[in-house]
Amino acid sequence: MKIADIVRITNGKVVCGNETAEKEITHAFSSDLLSDVLTINRVGILLITGVANLQTIRTAEMAEVACVLIVRNKKVTQEMIDLAKENGLMIIESPGSMFGTSGKLYENGIKPLY
Amino acid sequence: MSGIGSGITGEMKEMTYAFPIEGGDFIKAGHASSNIKKILNQLSLDPAIIRRIAVAMYEAEVNVVAHAYRGSMKVFISPEKIRVRVEDEGPGIPDIEKAMQEGYSTASEKVREMGFGAGMGLSNIKKNTDKLDIRSTINKGTVVEMTTFTKPKEA
Repeated sequence: MKIADIVRITNGKVVCGNETAEKEITHAFSSDLLSDVLTINRVGILLITGVANLQTIRTAEMAEVACVLIVRNKKVTQEMIDLAKENGLMIIESPGSMFGTSGKLYENGIKPLY
Repeated sequence: MSGIGSGITGEMKEMTYAFPIEGGDFIKAGHASSNIKKILNQLSLDPAIIRRIAVAMYEAEVNVVAHAYRGSMKVFISPEKIRVRVEDEGPGIPDIEKAMQEGYSTASEKVREMGFGAGMGLSNIKKNTDKLDIRSTINKGTVVEMTTFTKPKEA
């Protein structure tokens, strides 16, 4: 699934990165526990989380996540955007809940990790 | 990027870099790991190996930020292995075996709000390194040494 489709489906807004990116996202992981994100063994995924702090971005950097989708209308800070840019990471903000957002993406073909 | 130079050990050249870690500073947490990851990215290493080291380093760095007063992260790079040594001045770990158990944690509420402190760190470090050595002295500090071999071991 393209970033533009994720944005459309989740009623989201790209706050870092290019919405028209050709990047193809196939898998997603939903978690508010960064420790769990660090245990996944697939790179290039979409991370769906309600945790909006600098460590979310650091975790995405280390785990080589492709795009972070911040749910529950949480707002990212400029520091988060700067760090994401440095690491070529995309960030989308969405007003939806984690369950609702995950459900919509799953329905449209995004696969879980397990 | 600040390194402490490279040293020659025997016939093998080993490169060493060191970065400080500040206890309690969740703004800077991950800085040392990120710097070392960028160094490793410049070497011709398997990306899967770099990712494993990065995750292990970052878990260890978050532990220092969450539990200790200050510390440092050093990486020793040789053709055969990448060794990361994370040292801190802090309360130490009273029972390492217990701390290794998944779900056991002494992290503060603040650390949990950040998305950590679930008692997964040390076991995840173990999972992502080939050799793990933890030494700790109460009221003094902890040394975590993680070794990753760059090539698969011959059977």
